[in-house]
Amino acid sequence: MKLDSKIPEGHISEKWTNHKNHLKLVAPNNRPKIDVIVVGTGLAGASAAASLGEMGYNVKAFCFQDSPRRAHSIAAQGGVNAAKNYQNDGDSVYRLFYDTIKGGDYRAREANVHRLAEVSGNIIDQCVAQGVPFAREYGGLLDNRSFGGTQVQRTFYAAGQTGQQLLLGAYSALSRQIGLGRVKMYNRHEMLDLVKVDGKARGIIARNLITGEIERHSAHAVIIASGGYGNVYFLSTNAMGSNVTAAWKIHKQGALFANPCFVQIHPTCIPVHGTNQSKLTLMSESLRNSGRIWVPKKKEDAEAIRAGKLKPTQIAEEDRDYFLERRYPAFGNLVPRDVASRAAKERCDAGYGIEANDTNEGVYLDFSTEIQNKGKQAAYAKGNHNPTPEEITTLGKAWLEEKYGNLFTMYQKITDENPYETPMKIYPAVHYTMGGVWVDYNLQSTIPGCFVAGEANFSDHGANRLGASALMQGLADGYFVLPYTVSNYLADEIRTGKISTDSPEFAEAEKRVMDQINFFLNNKGTKSVDYFHKKLGLIMWNKVGMGRNAQGLTEAITEIAQLKEDFYKDVYVPGNNDEMNPELEKALRVADFLELGQLMAMDALQRNESCGGHFREEYQDAEGETLRDDENFAFVGAWEYQGEDINKEIMHKEELKYEFIKIAARNYK
Amino acid sequence: MASKKNININLKVWRQKNAKAAGSMESYKLDNVSTDSSFLEMMDQLNEQLVAEKKEPIAFDHDCREGICGMCSMYINGRAHGPDTGITTCQLHMRMFNDGDTIFVEPWRSKAFPVIKDLVVDRSAFDRIQQAGGFVSVNTSGNTIDANTIPVPKADADKAFEAAACIGCGACVATCKNGSAMLFVGAKVSQYALLPQGKVEATERVLNMVRQMDEEGFGNCTNTGACEIECPKGISLENIARMNREYLKASLIK
Repeated sequence: MKLDSKIPEGHISEKWTNHKNHLKLVAPNNRPKIDVIVVGTGLAGASAAASLGEMGYNVKAFCFQDSPRRAHSIAAQGGVNAAKNYQNDGDSVYRLFYDTIKGGDYRAREANVHRLAEVSGNIIDQCVAQGVPFAREYGGLLDNRSFGGTQVQRTFYAAGQTGQQLLLGAYSALSRQIGLGRVKMYNRHEMLDLVKVDGKARGIIARNLITGEIERHSAHAVIIASGGYGNVYFLSTNAMGSNVTAAWKIHKQGALFANPCFVQIHPTCIPVHGTNQSKLTLMSESLRNSGRIWVPKKKEDAEAIRAGKLKPTQIAEEDRDYFLERRYPAFGNLVPRDVASRAAKERCDAGYGIEANDTNEGVYLDFSTEIQNKGKQAAYAKGNHNPTPEEITTLGKAWLEEKYGNLFTMYQKITDENPYETPMKIYPAVHYTMGGVWVDYNLQSTIPGCFVAGEANFSDHGANRLGASALMQGLADGYFVLPYTVSNYLADEIRTGKISTDSPEFAEAEKRVMDQINFFLNNKGTKSVDYFHKKLGLIMWNKVGMGRNAQGLTEAITEIAQLKEDFYKDVYVPGNNDEMNPELEKALRVADFLELGQLMAMDALQRNESCGGHFREEYQDAEGETLRDDENFAFVGAWEYQGEDINKEIMHKEELKYEFIKIAARNYK
Repeated sequence: MASKKNININLKVWRQKNAKAAGSMESYKLDNVSTDSSFLEMMDQLNEQLVAEKKEPIAFDHDCREGICGMCSMYINGRAHGPDTGITTCQLHMRMFNDGDTIFVEPWRSKAFPVIKDLVVDRSAFDRIQQAGGFVSVNTSGNTIDANTIPVPKADADKAFEAAACIGCGACVATCKNGSAMLFVGAKVSQYALLPQGKVEATERVLNMVRQMDEEGFGNCTNTGACEIECPKGISLENIARMNREYLKASLIK
């Protein structure tokens, strides 16, 4: 198989415009004859479904939640990037493009990333027009803040709930189309397989999660926008239902899966508290605008804190190690996520962790400096040029509350500690997956007619995603890319007519699904699905997590294969198919995670370099920084399914060519 | 993580096989629950225990587990989202309970939210209200005016945001003695009414959304204010007042 990325000719800044100008169109009178399925209703899925509905296609949209508004994009906190340069600090399309390529450690495709930067401004215009209430300055204009890996302020936000506001904007556009009858919404439905006819994607098999009914849905094109696969680690910041099933099923039908080992471990999450924990909670990266990350300089202080004998507020300024500011003075606390995470792990591995859990893993995120700075500023702004320390503290806390109030409350509810008074405790956690289904420039997978958008594809973030870029990509794909590229594909389908679901292909796909369901329900096992999922998570976290090495990865591959065998032998799934059955839903998802986990380890093992979130311990410099190998690994590794034994998957390479950016070592010092 | 300990609890949970079946409260005993666990992690623990006993686990809605998706929906000890304020069920922690407590867990109860199974209810009425008018009719071309063309006073933008922070969980309806959805609808109407982008369709919007709300079988508002107290996002009653003003204005125009 030869991978054709279909990158248009021409200068980087003209590729998308030229390409759009030459894509085929479908006339308005032909669009109602064409069906499109969209799986997932997060930013990418909802925006795609709304846009295609508006254009006049017959859209069927699917989500497993009880409403499209619940998709996990809703939980994104910090913001959305756009090259508007409203702050006049030197931002431009080129800089956003450059920052994203560099942030991704030179493992993303130039043409895709430039397009993303080009349309970023439209996202903000569009959302404001939809009534998204972004944060504003007193003059009534939009406010911005900084995020990691950049030296400009280009992040638009709505308190700590930017994902919610953008998703509700997309949901409102989708709701409008549902109301107009152009989109039919299937809530509480899960896609369980893809149907191909003559090699093209022609529909899906979905399970109605209330009745258990297995349904056949046909279409002329299928868009997968089902999010990322972070839940392969069991503990992550993903929602409980987030899963890889839709993406994995199309992989099994022939779509290549690219760079599965590129996982983002987010530096600022609330540390693990116990064995019954079900998920990890993110504290937005935006907090690194105001918080300073530190651990004690002295090991005995860290030990005393863990033993509960010392409070962080009792550690003198000179005894604190602000390790990000120390190691990366140019970017300080705002280095990219992978860099910040590794630095925290390094300190904790060295014995300076401050959390009294099994692993002592935790560092401080401290707002006391910011309280003083902003308190003084606020007092001056009110004309009080001689404020008392109490006034400064009160005003500083009020400033923090306005910026991050909901995050501080969330932290307090979970930990029972007040972050206005004592520093937050944080530690890295699995957050986002840069890898995903391989797509070409048109966001089409290697299956004709099957497109993949948002986190589910691999395309824009290379080996590490910058903060506030996921929202940007989801909406860019759905609003501004797919409407053009899907139409180009559908232009050849105007004479096809309705696709029948009474074909052998649909019957076969339905049988695959039913066989799997029946297997689980009739299995005479003894252990719950979660038992296996937690085991998988531990293997992944310990051996395919923040630090990886050849030995650990080799072990992980064998252990996961063994776990998969045990799972099929010994999993117990109660209940029946013809009812709401959450345990069955979980079993079907974990079955796919087990296969994906193994592939992730294989991908990490073949990539003999460190880049972005992929840190191979064998490949680091004397200071512990990543050592990339551009000579041998400047490629996208795209895996082809070869049947049940995941070990047999074949990797294809898409070479990454940097024509417009000079490839260089990533330096945030 | 201030208080590390384990407690033993008794639970009385609503079990109902499906929408048509009759339901009943069932009793369960659960030991060694960490007070650092969230309420839903406690429910996971109970379900693991049930699966181990080859019994059917309890179905409940949940997803993000960080208080933003609005999916979790339990009526705990007679209160929507349980005995704490400003939180969803997933943000409720077991440190709010004592060793030996008996905890009652029920689904949202409202005519417009029929039970699907156990603690899972159907809230699609909210979606239909949104579909009736909860949007600005602008195509998603991106070819609108520049985002900074129309300044919006910060106070209006902040109020619109506070209204838009609604997560659509339905606690307001569940807690209202009339089963009214006016806090939910008022919040959506207010978000758009406060922004220049929403003003063009303001008349049609409020009329259509209120009509749909009535058709769904939600009750009326009698200004008790329970919804505001139980709302996990602190949506203010002011939004209901604003909706009433918008509705009155629209009715006079139409």
